[in-house]
Amino acid sequence: MKQKIAIAVDDLTVAYNYKPVLWDIDLQIPEGVLMAIVGPNGAGKSTLLKSILNIIKPLAGSVSVYGKSYKKQRSLVAYVPQKGSVDWDFPTTALDVVMMGTYGALGWMKRPGINEKKQALEALEKVGMLPFQNRQISQLSGGQQQRIFLARALVQNAAIYFMDEPFQGVDATTEKAIIQILKELRKAGKTVVVVHHDLQTVPEYFDWVTFLNVKKIATGPVADIFNDDNLTKTYGINYKTSIVQ
Amino acid sequence: MNAQIEIQIILSLVAIACAIPGVFLVLRKMSLISDAISHSILPGIVVGFFITQDLASPLLILMATLTGVVTVVLVEYIQKTGLVKEDTAIGLVFPSLFSIGVILISRNAGDVHLDVDAVLLGEVAFAPFDRWMWNETDMGPKSLWMMGTVLLLILTLLLLFYKELKVATFDAGLAASMGFVPMAIHYGLMTVASITTVGAFDAIGAVLVVAFMIVPAACIYLLTDNLKKLLIYSSVLAVVCSLVGYWFASVWDTSIAGTIASVLGLVFFIIYLTAPGKGYFSQWYKEKQQKTEVALLVFLLHLANHDEEQERNINHLQEHINWGAQRAKKVLKLANQNNMIAIENDIISLTNKGLDFTKQAIAYISDNKNSELEGVKQRFFLFRG
Repeated sequence: MKQKIAIAVDDLTVAYNYKPVLWDIDLQIPEGVLMAIVGPNGAGKSTLLKSILNIIKPLAGSVSVYGKSYKKQRSLVAYVPQKGSVDWDFPTTALDVVMMGTYGALGWMKRPGINEKKQALEALEKVGMLPFQNRQISQLSGGQQQRIFLARALVQNAAIYFMDEPFQGVDATTEKAIIQILKELRKAGKTVVVVHHDLQTVPEYFDWVTFLNVKKIATGPVADIFNDDNLTKTYGINYKTSIVQ
Repeated sequence: MNAQIEIQIILSLVAIACAIPGVFLVLRKMSLISDAISHSILPGIVVGFFITQDLASPLLILMATLTGVVTVVLVEYIQKTGLVKEDTAIGLVFPSLFSIGVILISRNAGDVHLDVDAVLLGEVAFAPFDRWMWNETDMGPKSLWMMGTVLLLILTLLLLFYKELKVATFDAGLAASMGFVPMAIHYGLMTVASITTVGAFDAIGAVLVVAFMIVPAACIYLLTDNLKKLLIYSSVLAVVCSLVGYWFASVWDTSIAGTIASVLGLVFFIIYLTAPGKGYFSQWYKEKQQKTEVALLVFLLHLANHDEEQERNINHLQEHINWGAQRAKKVLKLANQNNMIAIENDIISLTNKGLDFTKQAIAYISDNKNSELEGVKQRFFLFRG
């Protein structure tokens, strides 16, 4: 079975102050996979997402989304940044944050209307946050905030979803709810890329995995490449999947 | 129109024109940049004034605005070197630019009617004297026209780009991924802040522009959690404080801008003390309540842990938990009122309700991530008051 390539990263190098964070990354993400990006701290996982999304300018290399540049394919992509990257004291409500997911499709200067609100409410319901729609966002728990972020991505109604550590600081119930929704997205043919920390849950949650540590170590189906060898190459120490699992 | 009314209209325009960009500066944690801009526009104003001899000329405004934007660019450049932090970068840039302005003024002091005081402190009382004559017709004070134009520009930009400003301020990463270019929005905001500062310095002085930008937003931020309300009420508060300050200044014969800024400061102090939820009294009360709640929980836990009667005797409660008599009495009363405990022959025991509550509370404390225990949080509130 030949799968369509959703994201192709070619020879991508990114540097902060001339220190390479990502080095010559070649990566192809097939359509319809639920993929984890794993690697130690400072491996460049978030940077990889941000470079794919054109938030960071690479030093060299290129990224394409379904064969075209990101700029042309923006509407196909939804992004959930790390929860800690925003100020949760910002004066706004859960519903309003989810509405922001519609801004991209609206484009410059157009205002969200009834239609956008309807989409946002639907997404809130999907993540089980409808009763909290008018809650100020600082009054939500960490898990609820992450659900709001997921709802915002759902509203973007994209083909490819990028999520930066969606399970960080969330309770077990929320983690289950989120992975449930991600699996539904995959079933609907969407591609989901998740920066992930918890190696234990990789085989249970994901069907595709990329090992990253400045360089790409390996990428492919979890069943084929999630093994001691690749874990050791990525994390440096003698990792055993048997221990991890 | 008499001069008093003209001054008040100018002040109101300045107030709103400052409050709106101020809200976004406060939300972006960039309040200090307005201070930097307000000082470093001086060389721009001076050079512009040498050329045009008119404080309200568009060329002067353009040059001073550019200096403001240059300040921001320089601050960010220095910051990006990674050698110093942002506050240091600000401290490096604006005194340098400001001092260039001071030197320019003192070198040419004899030739121009411009001094540092006028730029820093402004004097809105003189604004009605500087009038715009058009074909021999009196069109009103120049600064009224200027501030009116600035405000109109700000309102137009706000209406057009409200959504973009909001998303770029809340989540720059998302905004960037959607193609809203947060950098452009950032510099747009910086340009607007510069234009406002330049437009307003003549009336209220460059330094007090900072008070007009930051204080209303900081006040209302304590009172609302809605961005639209934050914008509207900040503007209203800024106007009210301006007018109140103006009348105090008239009665006491003090500096108008100085009095307004003092009124703003006082209003912030009052709101800081009394704001429901975030204010000082509110926080103090909440902390006190939390202390009581924790004490109650400790007490209930003690009861749950001990079967021995001597540990549960009402008269020995103090020595066992090591509390003062008053505190022990208060906690005992609270637990009794809520039917958490039963007292029989001076021996205290947990009721079923008390036992149940203790278990849930412990579970909540040891795992405060569990959203199913959200209900316990609510029940904690039962004990308040």
